[in-house]
Amino acid sequence: MKFSNVLIGATSVMAVCAGAVSAQNMTIVSWGGAYSASQQNAYHDPYMAANPGVNIINDTSSNEAVAKLRAMSEAGNITWDVVDVVAADAMRLCDEGLAIVIDPDTMLAPAPDGTPASEDFGDLLISECFIPQIVYSVTFGYRTDLVGDTPPSNICDIFDLETYPGKRSLEKRPINNMEWALMCDGVAVEDIYDVLETEEGVDQALAKLDTIRDSVIWWSAGAETPQRLADGEVIMGSTYNGRLFSLIVEQNQPVAMMWDAQVYDLDGWIIPAGLSPEREKAALDYIYFATDTQRLADQSKYISYGPARASSAPLVSKHATLGIDMAPHMPTDPANATNPFLYNFEFWADYRDDLDARFQAWLIK
Amino acid sequence: MSDQSESGPVLAADGTPLKVSLNKALRRQKLSALLLIAPLLLFVLLTFIFPIVDMLFRSVENDIVSNTIPRTVIALQDWDASTGEAPSEQVFAALYEDLQISVAAKTHSRLGSRLNYEKTGMSSLFRKTGRRIKLMDETVPFMEQFVDINEDWADVEVWGTIKTYSSKYTAGYFLTAVDRSLTHEGIQERPEKEQIYLKLFWRTMVLSVTITGSCLLLGYPVAWILANLPMRTANMLMILVLLPFWTSLLVRTSAWKVLLQDQGVINNLLVAIGIIDDANRLALINNATGTIIAMTHILLPFMILPLYSVMKTIPQNYTRAAKSLGATDWTAFWRVYFPQSVPGIGAGAILVFILAIGYYITPELVGGTSGIFISNRIAYHISSSLNWGLGSALGTILLVLVLALYWVYDTLVGIDNVKLG
Repeated sequence: MKFSNVLIGATSVMAVCAGAVSAQNMTIVSWGGAYSASQQNAYHDPYMAANPGVNIINDTSSNEAVAKLRAMSEAGNITWDVVDVVAADAMRLCDEGLAIVIDPDTMLAPAPDGTPASEDFGDLLISECFIPQIVYSVTFGYRTDLVGDTPPSNICDIFDLETYPGKRSLEKRPINNMEWALMCDGVAVEDIYDVLETEEGVDQALAKLDTIRDSVIWWSAGAETPQRLADGEVIMGSTYNGRLFSLIVEQNQPVAMMWDAQVYDLDGWIIPAGLSPEREKAALDYIYFATDTQRLADQSKYISYGPARASSAPLVSKHATLGIDMAPHMPTDPANATNPFLYNFEFWADYRDDLDARFQAWLIK
Repeated sequence: MSDQSESGPVLAADGTPLKVSLNKALRRQKLSALLLIAPLLLFVLLTFIFPIVDMLFRSVENDIVSNTIPRTVIALQDWDASTGEAPSEQVFAALYEDLQISVAAKTHSRLGSRLNYEKTGMSSLFRKTGRRIKLMDETVPFMEQFVDINEDWADVEVWGTIKTYSSKYTAGYFLTAVDRSLTHEGIQERPEKEQIYLKLFWRTMVLSVTITGSCLLLGYPVAWILANLPMRTANMLMILVLLPFWTSLLVRTSAWKVLLQDQGVINNLLVAIGIIDDANRLALINNATGTIIAMTHILLPFMILPLYSVMKTIPQNYTRAAKSLGATDWTAFWRVYFPQSVPGIGAGAILVFILAIGYYITPELVGGTSGIFISNRIAYHISSSLNWGLGSALGTILLVLVLALYWVYDTLVGIDNVKLG
């Protein structure tokens, strides 16, 4: 009945052939673009310099890592060694047994002062399979020349069409948008997920989004909001803070950040379950190297995401080519983190399918 | 003829009956033909047919429940959801035993995600319970302990969902794909706020037909000119048709963004020459219009090429003859030329329609909310929500729809009338 058995046979033959040729190759999966470049500079190059026998191959499939890892595991042939995923995906991979459990204190480097890794990462260790690398946020950018004399400073300005007429760019999924809508509809921040659990709460959030519905252009790729801001298609829009950084600082566009109610999220490493012992050992060795205090701080020279270790924060220095101070561009910088919102992983793991159906039905209405 | 019946069957040179010897030769020929195509056949079977069948099979496969908690499924057989009471202690004891094994194998959370597609909250229920299963005391009644971990274990709906989805095969995914749901109370229509798939199927059909129609309208004259120009000029123009064909799909789609957006080239031009005013720029992208424009452009070569190759074979003498017999230009075209080009229209229309119906990247990029297709939802379920069963069910329905439309086309127009050249 299972045709996959045939496929397993076929693919494992290929795997044996491939394995024989590429014994020292290590495939590291990440997001591509500027993000992979920052990892290449901060982690891969120094690691290969220290381990001449290892050749790191970049794969840019992180946006569908969970689906691909599940398929690989079903076919019994894992071709990836280390995978960069967002926290929610890491939790799912861990839940499904597709990622190995990593003990921070025995498998990761302690901080330079001897603080064990588990304390150094602290609350950010949200899953036992996941080693956080950076803290990023989903936040807003706006066109300084198109918003009048009082630029938006509050998340609810997104919903204020009178003061800020024009299009907005929002992500085509319920996550974050539902929270912001409730926040601006008078729900106290600490009650948001309790409200969102109820039918009425979802209706309330969608009704709030209804008020700006005709002024929203939805995005599904992180690059869309920066492009629309640059073209003047939208006057404000949400995206990952690092994308806005490169739009503002590297491309000098008339855009500014609005950090209010930015939603923190994490991105980090997992190691797929089912690797051969040698490959697993090599992957753990890479993780040990790439998540130490200095390496995490180094990455922030190339991209404006905050390092996940507390001990890395003081080491954040200047941008590698532009020479500007990176600290003020970090989502975790005290000046930016005045009102951050914490994304509830547990809630979304449960409600994501349901709310997505509601949200999509609302979108095509 | 009479000679033959007298002298028995005709014999070949080696003495075997001619019929047998002929059959033998034919069989050898067939075998060698089969051997010649074997590599391709195997390739197609392994990389195309088997994966598709395997994927389609997932739309009904549901053995995860009975594999992960087998004892509970058996114990649940005697329980009836309509009593309104949670199952007996025996079921909870079976669940405890099952969960001990599945938690060790880490399969319980996978089951939770599976059941979460049917009932929200199942995912965390299984995860939370899994974390505390080791701490449970075997001397105390299990029911109390489970309810203590999470009161949902006393909920009839939870048990009803487990029981409804305990069979090895399920129609649940297909029902979800047509905006219904399978509960322990039978098949129910989903609340209107959650209905999405039937609308999307309908929209996919309407937009695909529109795109096919506009490809035909734009492609027919082009193909006619190409077919009636001298060879040299026609070949030059042909490159113009093929050039976009050789350009990356993403590049072409992004180019349409630059042209069509609010501050884009077309709107700026129209504002500059005063046809529209600045406040009322045309909404040409991020809606169904954007999808139709971009996809018509992308699929146009698939219409022009079959049309061109059929029109090439239509002798010009026929229209000339019609005109010399007194037909007007229109009659000569409509009564003489057009019917001969119908096979090309058929081939082009089928090609464009079938390609359009499964398109997903262009609608995703330029379709906004009103221009997305069912394939965008399939992609979402395969790569993002990981509800592969639902993705497969939607895919199966789409495949069946295409085959049904193909059949309708065959009965109406006749597939023999389709020519690619």
